Amino acid sequence: MIGANMLLAAEDLAEEAAEGSQDLGFMIKGVFSFELNGVTLWITTSHICIAIVFLFLVIFSFFARAAIKKGSEVPSGFQNIVELIVEKLDGLVGGTMGWSARIFRNYIGTIFIFILFSNISGLFGLRPPTADYGVTFPLGVVSFSLITICKFRYQKVSGVIKGLCEPWPFWLPINLIGDFAVPVSLSLRLFANVLSGTVMMALVYGLLHAIAYAWPGVLHAYFDMFSGAIQTYVFCMLTMTYISDACGDEPAKLPKKSVA
Amino acid sequence: MFDEYFILGCSAIGAGLAVIAGIGPGVGQGIAAGHAAAAVGRNPGAKGDVTGTMLLGQAVAETTGLYGLLVAMLLMFVKPLVPAE
Repeated sequence: MIGANMLLAAEDLAEEAAEGSQDLGFMIKGVFSFELNGVTLWITTSHICIAIVFLFLVIFSFFARAAIKKGSEVPSGFQNIVELIVEKLDGLVGGTMGWSARIFRNYIGTIFIFILFSNISGLFGLRPPTADYGVTFPLGVVSFSLITICKFRYQKVSGVIKGLCEPWPFWLPINLIGDFAVPVSLSLRLFANVLSGTVMMALVYGLLHAIAYAWPGVLHAYFDMFSGAIQTYVFCMLTMTYISDACGDEPAKLPKKSVA
Repeated sequence: MFDEYFILGCSAIGAGLAVIAGIGPGVGQGIAAGHAAAAVGRNPGAKGDVTGTMLLGQAVAETTGLYGLLVAMLLMFVKPLVPAE
């Protein structure tokens, strides 16, 4: 009799645990679907969160533009913040990329701000868009394209082939694999870091919800703020290093217009 | 003989084994932090540069551990080995 009761209780517990793991809530959820050419497409939480981040950044940039347009010689208020952001990003890019900084300043600044706000959006109850491999992989592919374009543009085809045959010609396949591993490792690093933070927070809130008061704030500070900022820095830093490696030494005639 | 629960259990064991990959980055990051601390001790003026370089190196070293974590998460939550019914 007691044994049967215990078995029932155990079954109840197992059911509860199973339900708990079902709504832990870190998976990407479909919000609504529509048909296009006979294919069912889903609008997921990633799309919505990325739209919110995007909207916030667009509104912010409008205010920043207004602040700079009617800015004074001695900055005050909001103009201070905008100038600080631009100065810091310029310093970061200029200090790492050397002569190619003037070409890539805009691009690196843009992805820096976008990734930073995506990572931090976990603080505001959104599912960070960067915790979706469909968001980070395109970022990696864009970086890879820029690296390849710069290689062919500034080292010419002969330089690229020479670079692939370093240190010996039979090293070529390994160098090729190394080149194509760049976008995958760049995007997987960002994705796995943000995802691990998201999963950790979901576990805390899902499994310890009875005692999860106030103290998860410490974890938020680590996983969302610290880890997110570090990963943003790392992604941009590695992209900059690879691109400035691909650009090589300063050419005699500098390009007139920026490409990115 | 090999039903869904057997595969789920093996997946859980596999996930546990996969996160052993975390040992390497832990050791590596510790070594990096130790050397960075020594560098700051020798040359306190370069603290900013040393910290930046250390964090970049640690984040790159962390990648292998994250791959293990990713495999564990796939095994636990996506369940690729359990046949779809």
